[in-house]
Amino acid sequence: MKLIRNFCVIAHIDHGKSTLSDRMLEITQTIGEREMQDQALDNMDLERERGITIKSHAIQLYYPAKDGNTYTFNLIDTPGHVDFSYEVSRSIAACEGALLLVDAAQGIQAQTISNLYLAIEHDLEIIPILNKVDMESAMIDEVSDQIIDLIGCKKEEIILASGKTGQGIPDILEAIVDRIPAPTGDVNAPLQGLVFDSVYNPFRGVVAYVRIMNGVLNQGDTVRFVNTKKEYDADEIGILQMNQVPKKKLEAGNVGYIITGIKISKEIKVGDTVTTVDNPCEKAIQGFEDVKPMVFAGIYPIDNDDFEDLRDALEKLQLNDASLTFEPESSAALGFGFRCGFLGMLHLEIIQERLSREFDQDVITTVPNVSYQAMLTKRGSEEFNVNTPNDFPDPGVLAYVKEPYIQAQIITKPEFIGAIMTLCLDKRGELKKQIYLTQERVELHFDLPLAEIVFDFYDKLKSVSKGYASFDYQPLHYKETDLVLLELKLNGEPVDALSALVHRTKAESIGRKVCKKLKDLLPRQQFMIAIQAAVGAKIIARETISALRKDVTAKCYGGDITRKRKLLEKQKKGKKKMRQVGNVEVPQKAFLEVLKLGD
Amino acid sequence: MTGIYIHVPFCKQACSYCNFHFSTSLRLKDDMVEAIIREIHLRAPNWPWQAVDTIYFGGGTPSLLSGLELSRIYDALSMYFDLSNVKESTLEANPDDLTPEKLKSLADSPINRLSIGIQSFIERDLQYMNRAHTSEEAHKCIEDAYKMGFDQLTVDLIYGVPGLTSAEWEDNLNNLFQYDIPHLSCYALTVEPKTALHHQIKTGKSDPPDEALVADQFQTLQTMSEHNGYEHYEISNFAKDKQYARHNTSYWFGKPYLGLGPSAHSYDGQHRQWNVANNPKYIKSMQSRQLAIETEYLSDADRYNEMVLCRMRTMWGMNKADLEGLSEVFSKHFLQEVKPYIDNEKVIESADGYQLSRAGKLLADKITSDLFYID
Ligand SMILES: Nc1nc2c(ncn2[C@@H]2O[C@H](COP(=O)(O)OP(=O)(O)OP(=O)(O)O)[C@@H](O)[C@H]2O)c(=O)[nH]1
Ligand code: SF4
Ligand SMILES: [Mg+2]
Repeated sequence: MKLIRNFCVIAHIDHGKSTLSDRMLEITQTIGEREMQDQALDNMDLERERGITIKSHAIQLYYPAKDGNTYTFNLIDTPGHVDFSYEVSRSIAACEGALLLVDAAQGIQAQTISNLYLAIEHDLEIIPILNKVDMESAMIDEVSDQIIDLIGCKKEEIILASGKTGQGIPDILEAIVDRIPAPTGDVNAPLQGLVFDSVYNPFRGVVAYVRIMNGVLNQGDTVRFVNTKKEYDADEIGILQMNQVPKKKLEAGNVGYIITGIKISKEIKVGDTVTTVDNPCEKAIQGFEDVKPMVFAGIYPIDNDDFEDLRDALEKLQLNDASLTFEPESSAALGFGFRCGFLGMLHLEIIQERLSREFDQDVITTVPNVSYQAMLTKRGSEEFNVNTPNDFPDPGVLAYVKEPYIQAQIITKPEFIGAIMTLCLDKRGELKKQIYLTQERVELHFDLPLAEIVFDFYDKLKSVSKGYASFDYQPLHYKETDLVLLELKLNGEPVDALSALVHRTKAESIGRKVCKKLKDLLPRQQFMIAIQAAVGAKIIARETISALRKDVTAKCYGGDITRKRKLLEKQKKGKKKMRQVGNVEVPQKAFLEVLKLGD
Repeated sequence: MTGIYIHVPFCKQACSYCNFHFSTSLRLKDDMVEAIIREIHLRAPNWPWQAVDTIYFGGGTPSLLSGLELSRIYDALSMYFDLSNVKESTLEANPDDLTPEKLKSLADSPINRLSIGIQSFIERDLQYMNRAHTSEEAHKCIEDAYKMGFDQLTVDLIYGVPGLTSAEWEDNLNNLFQYDIPHLSCYALTVEPKTALHHQIKTGKSDPPDEALVADQFQTLQTMSEHNGYEHYEISNFAKDKQYARHNTSYWFGKPYLGLGPSAHSYDGQHRQWNVANNPKYIKSMQSRQLAIETEYLSDADRYNEMVLCRMRTMWGMNKADLEGLSEVFSKHFLQEVKPYIDNEKVIESADGYQLSRAGKLLADKITSDLFYID
């Protein structure tokens, strides 16, 4: 156990975690030259295409240290995007140390701080690393000072590194050995392992990633998951390299995987404790809080006949991504579908894209909303969740409704404080704190309604701060609010899938923008289309799309036919992705786009 | 039987709406004629059909070629093809080129039909579109062509030009009707990407065509041409006494055609091919006796879609007999998709087929797209 080091790599998004991990894999020859590619651990297609990490990735490496010993490192690369911060907290629970990366050109950013605090809460040893020092715009002294201020370390403790050139990697590897404590635990105690992640393999079922805290797990042991109380045989156990490598046993302090043939995601819970049936441990390790979805949206098949296939696809996705929640719902406009919960808009986009790529399910996503809590005036009624506009009670019987708030931290330069204040106040935010980290960097704390930040807040923040602001948030509490149902009507017919819950003070401006946006999104048809936004009986905004009077190509001769056919084929394909709402054709993407109001 | 199309990629000046392939520098004209002749030698031996029934010189501006140059191309064609049954030999011509001398030399060539790009009799429109001729030249060339004995004439007009009032459009048409021309092509001004017109509209220097006005002018066109004895046999084409354009009509009936010259398309019933749309590249490749051509294989669905696309634009529409000849997937699909349009009277079901109604013609693209088959 003395020769094991468990650590994760944490940082703000894009500060170079995956690239730095590449270098460590390379130098320890965990991965051959031939297999090497940039961000080798980002193995999902979507991760590679978007250049971001979505899921934590654990891998074992062997490092021959200067002291003559070869150490076993369990490295966990984590995602930086705020939607996936729960991935970071799980990874942290399996480690004794963390490499905290800071991009030398960007300095400390919001997730640097929040991830650092997560690590400190778990008593991890922090190794501060100033990364990307190869860049011309690197501000080595300035950012070093920021790091010293933030964690109270000494200047010499900060390692200057570059994932690009490989500078500093040997120092990092030595620091891992020297500074991060070896795991503690008792090999002779009953087995106690923490399930910190799980992935789904279509052939093998659920693969649980475990950190063994105490005892030994042997292949073939009958194991029990303490919370679910389910028992299975550990058919295969092993360690995580670029592939899973089967082993006969896993001892306290180590990280590895168990395959038990579980095929149903509900049977395994990330955060659970695994022990043996023969010699069970006394108590469970403290698990994780359930991740709570932040955003809800309806997901509907384009073709109603695909409903069961969609359910199937969502179930499979959930095996890989326990943070996705869904339950059946129905919409007057769209028929049968699912109300899904997501961690944020990026998460929603990724699920939608995975459905399309991995399951060939093109779906319609409705206008997203956050989860509200409502109470009726009727005696004896209880508070209930409102996750969809369809659940919003009639104002006449509504006692109150509450909306979720978050606490936001925004780090920026002093010159942008004004613009950011204006933005946050417009979003119904309240400034709580303003801290000068240095003369050039200030941290602002706001309480903000979650509903105001899920859609386009981040884009707006970037634009008002010219990119010099980073942002992080945590859920805070629910607060009473004045919510109304903004109903959208097409030719007089209300369309539930386009309706939204909004704050009363915003209803009119949002209604106007939504009508405008729809005017752009809806194709013209043979008749006029009236688009209206209403609150109760009152129409607050209106647009019309004039009838399509003429749609005919002038010329169609020998050289025009191919091009014309392709154009009309494309049109036909687009139409296949439309949903008929009353007599109006609505393109698939309109439902989701409609609240991306931009401006 | 096959049609032959020859693309002559030169123009005196660029009309603002035009997205055809052409160059306004005539420097390579001689080389181009040589190259086209070489292409004939290269491709004609492999073309499956020998009997030709139509020849069409399009462009660009084929009237920039001399009678001699035209004859040389004919001679090359006659080495491989049987031209004895050619019923229609058309040349596209612009009024400014059609001087009496030019008409004389054309009358001596195998050309027997002229397609004249009048576009408008209104000076303001001609300037707006950057045409190279005047209204006066437009009138005169029609009279001269008649005098020279060209009785197979067709004239192009453009409507929907920003600023063209409905009264002016009627005048344009009446101006034309007085000549009793056997065939007309009338096109709605179309704003194609990457044209000067597109740029002018995008930068606010010109208004875009007004859709409602264009629709009105199209309807005026239908009414007035009918009144004057023309049959509206294709969206943009009108004929007296069944003098339909043979060459163009064969496109709509899926007949094979061999296209020569840069950017020209060919069709052999199964493949569509197109030559590189670049004069120097085309000439160079012909000089080295290599084709610069792209080929696309048309699947059954592609061919069904093209059939729908072309036929529905014509007054003959989709024939029931033709539908029966198709595989059942397509005929069933067609009958299912056409139903709502019969119900809303955009399509007429007649004894022998399905044709667009007058209202349907205004929405031809939308309707054909809906009739398309996509897996
Ligand atoms: N110049 C320079 N660029 C780097 C360095 N490290 C990473 N990059 C670049 O920075 C970008 C982000 O790198 P990643 O390794 O994907 O960052 P990450 O922290 O894993 O990102 P997330 O997982 O999405 O949070 C990529 O374009 C890398 O090529 C470095 O040391 N120097
Ligand atoms: S419209 Fe005819 S003359 Fe004008 S540029 Fe185009 S091809 Fe040349
Ligand atoms: Mg990464």
